[in-house]
Amino acid sequence: MAEIIKRQKALSVSPLKASQPIGASLATLGFNRAMPMLHGSQGCTAFAKVFFVRHFREPIPLQTTAMDQASSVMGADENAIEGLRAVADKSRPALITLLTTGLSEVQGADVHRNVREFREKYPEFNDVAVVAVNTPDFTGSVETGYAATLVEIIKTLVPDAKDAQTLPGRRKRQINVLASYMLTPGDLEALTEVFELFGFRPVFIPNLADSLDGCLTDDDFSPVTIGGTAISELATLGDARATIVIGVSLSHAGKLLAEKTGVPSYEFDHLYGLKANDAFINVLAELSETPVPERIERQRSQLQDAMLDTHFMLGQKRIAIAADADLLLAFTDLLQEMGAEVATAVTSCMTPSLNNMPLEKIKIGDLEDMELLGKAENVQLVIGNSHAVDSAKRLHVPILRAGFPLYDVIGGYQKTWVGYRGSRQTLFDLANLVINEAHEQIPVYHSIYKQQTAAPSCH
Amino acid sequence: MKSSKDIAELLNEPACEHNKKEKSGCAKPKPGSTAGGCAFDGAQIAMLPIADVAHIVHGPIACAGSSWDNRGTRSSGADLYRIGMTTDLTEQDIIMGRAEKRLFHAIKQAVESYQPPAVFVYNTCVPALIGDDITAVCKAATERFGVPVISIDSAGFYGTKNLGNRIAGDAIVDQVIGTAEPAPLPANTRTDIKIHDVNLIGEYNIAGEFWHVLPLLDELGLRILCTLSGDARFQEVQTMHRAEVNMMVCSKAMVNVARKLHKNYGTPWFEGSFYGITDTSQALRDFAKYLNDEDLTARTEALIAREEARIRELLLPWKQRLTGKRVLLFTGGVKSWSVISALQDLGMVVVATGTKKSTEEDKARIRELMGEDTLMIEDGSPKALIKIVHDYKADILIAGGRNMYTALKAKIPFLDINQEREFGYEGYQGMLELVKQLTLTIESPVWQAVRTPAPWKISKIAEIENV
Repeated sequence: MAEIIKRQKALSVSPLKASQPIGASLATLGFNRAMPMLHGSQGCTAFAKVFFVRHFREPIPLQTTAMDQASSVMGADENAIEGLRAVADKSRPALITLLTTGLSEVQGADVHRNVREFREKYPEFNDVAVVAVNTPDFTGSVETGYAATLVEIIKTLVPDAKDAQTLPGRRKRQINVLASYMLTPGDLEALTEVFELFGFRPVFIPNLADSLDGCLTDDDFSPVTIGGTAISELATLGDARATIVIGVSLSHAGKLLAEKTGVPSYEFDHLYGLKANDAFINVLAELSETPVPERIERQRSQLQDAMLDTHFMLGQKRIAIAADADLLLAFTDLLQEMGAEVATAVTSCMTPSLNNMPLEKIKIGDLEDMELLGKAENVQLVIGNSHAVDSAKRLHVPILRAGFPLYDVIGGYQKTWVGYRGSRQTLFDLANLVINEAHEQIPVYHSIYKQQTAAPSCH
Repeated sequence: MKSSKDIAELLNEPACEHNKKEKSGCAKPKPGSTAGGCAFDGAQIAMLPIADVAHIVHGPIACAGSSWDNRGTRSSGADLYRIGMTTDLTEQDIIMGRAEKRLFHAIKQAVESYQPPAVFVYNTCVPALIGDDITAVCKAATERFGVPVISIDSAGFYGTKNLGNRIAGDAIVDQVIGTAEPAPLPANTRTDIKIHDVNLIGEYNIAGEFWHVLPLLDELGLRILCTLSGDARFQEVQTMHRAEVNMMVCSKAMVNVARKLHKNYGTPWFEGSFYGITDTSQALRDFAKYLNDEDLTARTEALIAREEARIRELLLPWKQRLTGKRVLLFTGGVKSWSVISALQDLGMVVVATGTKKSTEEDKARIRELMGEDTLMIEDGSPKALIKIVHDYKADILIAGGRNMYTALKAKIPFLDINQEREFGYEGYQGMLELVKQLTLTIESPVWQAVRTPAPWKISKIAEIENV
């Protein structure tokens, strides 16, 4: 049980939090031919777009209902409906998500009603899936916005087993995978390989590895996402052999999917470190009823070997983590497995999962909090996003960049953290950051009796 | 919240040519097909570079959370501006009406933790809608904490980025400029020439590029009281009313500041740019002209002759590589004409340019520079841009960072010209960086590589053809 220290400051300094609309947009971007549209002023979208472009270094489809003074005061129903029509007409996407912001929520928008009205008014766009989600930025974070969007997508677009006549296990090789925002495109690619080694075909919900993996195509331009989970796949989820849920934040979405489809669901907090991956591989082995492939056994022993090699550098290391809950838990487990100490844990907002984390204290706050606590706790390494780089600099400790956004490195979005192999690389990366400070340097001592040697001569 | 009347007044900018003709830059945004930032975005961009000020964004997290520390602007010392501060309003704050109180305490916290010379508060949509009176809060905080707290009422839904620039400019004129006197000149200042005090408005010191120009202004005896707002300090902004002349750099975004300084203090202003050799020299000449100082004029001409000769020689080998290369310039319009001049200095051909945000005067100047039948692009959608690149056989797309990955996906060489860029192109010296970055992308071997199909695909094609 962790003690949760709530926000006490009036001012958030060097914010750690990314907003719910950011998370909701991210979830949408993992579907094929999709377009997220923020119901707010045009700046809501412009900022989110820049945020993603800097992180992924990809063009990002994202639209706005462009609320102005009049609609902010008098009502913005027309903006929502007209926005849906314009996007549907112009790009004919497979999915539009209509996502609220602080502005539209305070104004009193009812996006679910707006979608119904849009359906009535424009039946010609019935082939375009539209999902409305409440994601105001005055509550939650990227994590909750992402999770809420998946819940709404499952609610709206996955048919109930009895209506669609789906049957769990009819597609023997299909595994549904609900993937938390903390999984990078690189992670999803690595996981695909693991599933395939067991003879499974994973259907990721959503699949950022297929849409934001930095792939060059023959087409010059697309107004909507290229790649990602096809909306048509959602109708097949009920026929899958099993559902794997990765990330505590998706627990609710996982339960909803299980309820609707009857497909057995297996929840994992994360896939960082030996223990987590053992549990995961064990389930895959049971589901596939085959022995664990040789290659995975090999990767497991490689990770064990890396744990031995790096425990000298990481054992007893005092580490500060600034991350949203899913990622915080993942790193905490990984580090504790190595004998390191999470001396400072800061997260962006309250979530139920925080209570059960194996940490003494968790601070809900910002990067300034991380810096001050980290200083008091004499931390030796920081784990956080690109914004935390300056904080680490002021603490005079190295930083491992993780989370959102990563804008001062190339390919941060593609890094693989999960699986035996990803965990091994993470341990290497962590150890390399501290290898030269692995032990305290003993100060040089000169004996008062030391013999004075003559100045060296040339001969 | 600002009244519709206030906003209409801000949109009605007498010194802006949009006023006389169609207001294309101020058009109402269309739901579902709009790009670009909001008024808050514009206000923040305009004032954030004031480096020693605590900039507090009053609103829920999305406004500051997605945008803090997100600009290429550089400071020569103070760096408080790089620390993101926001009231990060919660649902409870909004429902229970505690947002104003939080703001007041937030200002207190900023003052106590960082001892800034001033605090700027940017209003955003949610507090504007629930009726927070940030002006009153800022006034109370100023009295209580003894530090100027400036209110910038810039809710995003008021309008575009451009409007936000003006809102911020207005706030600065009304609340900051004229509240302090300039410091005396340093003791070791040379006495053989007259030192003139001037301001730059709309210079953001992106990537430190203004430091290419500043040594020349020093040499000429032009003391920059303030650059609004690149590498500026609060105290410098306070003294802007004492300048003898103001230069509007590149853009009309804060033209209201120049106009109001003229109205309130009689300071003349001119518009200029430091992009390209021609325009840099012109800007220096204009300073001398407006200051009406014969000695300065003579020294300016000598400096121009020296610098132009120096840079032209340095550019010669690069120019040969770039002459005749075709450019599609899409800057959204504000800086079009100044960049065109820089590119023409290099012998490049600008085949088309974006004019969405350009004023009628900007457009006239573009026609003057590029000829009557220049393609002026109003539709800046990625698809349209790529089509124009192909149709006009452009060798490179020069545009804002937002369009960068669009260009790269279409395998088109690209140069970032906007505020987030990492390279400085101003002044004579900046031209060297510009040619370097231009050739770097245009001549890169990667274009060939990414257009080459995999060998097995080539042999397949050959097979099919042989059958």
